[in-house]
Amino acid sequence: MHNILESEKPIVELENKLVELKNFASENNVDLTDEIRILSKKVEKMKQDVYKNLTPWEKVKLARLQERPTSSDYIKKLIESFIEFHGDRFYGDDNSIIGGIGIFAFPANSREGIPITVIGHQKGKDTNENIKRNFGMPHPEGYRKALRLMKQAEKFKRPVLTLIDTPGAYCGLGAEERGQGEAIALNLIEMSRLRTPIISIVIGEGGSGGALGIGVGDRICMLENSVYSVISPEGLSSILWKDITLAQKAADVMKLTAQDLLSLGIIDNIIKEPLGGAHKDIDFVTDNIRKYVSGELKELMKLDMEQLLDKRYNKIRKIGIWA
Amino acid sequence: MLRDLFSRKKYATVLLYKDDDNKVRTVTIDNFQKVSEDKLKVSIKNSHPRIAARDRVNSIIDKGTFVEYDTNLKTIDALSFPDYMEKIRIAMENSNEKEAVITGEGKIMGRDCIICVMEPNFMMGSMGSVVGEKITRAIEKAIEKRFSVIIFTASGGARMQEGVLSLMQMAKTSAALGRLSEEGLLYIAVLTDPTTGGITASFAMLGDIIIAEPGALIGFAGPRVIEQTIKQKLPEGFQRAEFLQKKGFVDKIVHRKNMKAVLSEILKIHALGGENNA
Repeated sequence: MHNILESEKPIVELENKLVELKNFASENNVDLTDEIRILSKKVEKMKQDVYKNLTPWEKVKLARLQERPTSSDYIKKLIESFIEFHGDRFYGDDNSIIGGIGIFAFPANSREGIPITVIGHQKGKDTNENIKRNFGMPHPEGYRKALRLMKQAEKFKRPVLTLIDTPGAYCGLGAEERGQGEAIALNLIEMSRLRTPIISIVIGEGGSGGALGIGVGDRICMLENSVYSVISPEGLSSILWKDITLAQKAADVMKLTAQDLLSLGIIDNIIKEPLGGAHKDIDFVTDNIRKYVSGELKELMKLDMEQLLDKRYNKIRKIGIWA
Repeated sequence: MLRDLFSRKKYATVLLYKDDDNKVRTVTIDNFQKVSEDKLKVSIKNSHPRIAARDRVNSIIDKGTFVEYDTNLKTIDALSFPDYMEKIRIAMENSNEKEAVITGEGKIMGRDCIICVMEPNFMMGSMGSVVGEKITRAIEKAIEKRFSVIIFTASGGARMQEGVLSLMQMAKTSAALGRLSEEGLLYIAVLTDPTTGGITASFAMLGDIIIAEPGALIGFAGPRVIEQTIKQKLPEGFQRAEFLQKKGFVDKIVHRKNMKAVLSEILKIHALGGENNA
């Protein structure tokens, strides 16, 4: 276990104690049922207290946790016969965005499914994979691959599901030379008028334009402990206070949690995670995603195309607060 | 007259005639509204320093024809962000504007258009809810009136103090441009110094025609951020207008003194052509 939150430490300690107590009871054949029950209750209460009251900064850390399920983890569980497709047909293949087609299975008891195009940012599970995936930070090729697959989905009348999980679009020489801004801009305009339903889910980090580049759709929602922001807390603290170490303070003022975005009218829904985060029980999260996407897709597919596009336009159109 | 003759055709044909020296006659611009070089600030070594949005409007739009839109939209502190309102107050003082973009309609050499000009002296032209809303409304007005849209960009990107609301203005303005495009209407982006971040990643790069001023900084990530990421100095000229043109992202680099003439020529050719512009 690495990468645990500071506030989780007492829970982990108590859980370890509980295990010791259970072991002691069975090894020595003594009855500690009452003690175990009391301690279990205490752990449960502590979990409720800690996990229900995570600070924005703790959510940032949770969203970035190495153990947190990635796009490919969800795709494996959500999509039957997923086939990944590569390349933007212009320059190369960007491993920080994956995409392909498969069958999205509706909730288990319905035995229904629908062909779907899935596109997601992809982070690595370890250092080696992270290097291959560029830590989930796409170059223009990633956005162009995504757009190619979305246009393909439009042609073959498949809905599109996008999974957002990126620190941001990559900032480097090649990315600039090959038009990082142009690639993202084109996705924004094309997604706003793509003639097929689009559902976007922020599963981890929603890092600025790099997230939005695959994040325009008929429904936008976030996993409970994911974050979505215009810049990273580190970036903000460096710009505003010239001090990268004030990231925690920055996170507090940025309004970047799923709850914040729901109250700002930017997202449609929050998908529940188990106590402690998605990595504690990915099946629980997958089920919730499946239920949500099924319900929304069925609604969206009932609309005729002009209705769908009008609603999507109006949804984006109304975002903003002024007097 | 020409337009009446050909307006029903899907594709326009234009009558040209040749001068005595057998060259195809080109239109000359003679009633160019004089804006003082002082305002345009281009006299020194042909450099193109940042200029106030109001001066820019005056340098492009025919005198007395500009009608400003949406001057009543007021920025509020939606996220309770520290010091935001104080920064807005200072920005208003520095720029003499209420927000970081001026929008409206006017004529360029007699031709109608919708124009949006970003104000670099207002929090570095950053886009929050009001800027996004004003630009979106201007684009929607262009659809209603069937005018071309010209946006002069000068912005560091999305405004941090409005968080993800600012980010979403990128999607909003782009979606509006999508509708404008579906209507067959023209959008010209004119990129001036600086054009970075969320502006580059939205409407700056979506022009049917993309013009840039000489030497303008244009990029997604700012130079300082890139240098921090790659831990080396950037090459000379990187992310400048000329570099962008070389890499294929800018149609034409236009000197500030010629900007009105070039925009006018483009609008003229568009006014002649095709059923959408008839």
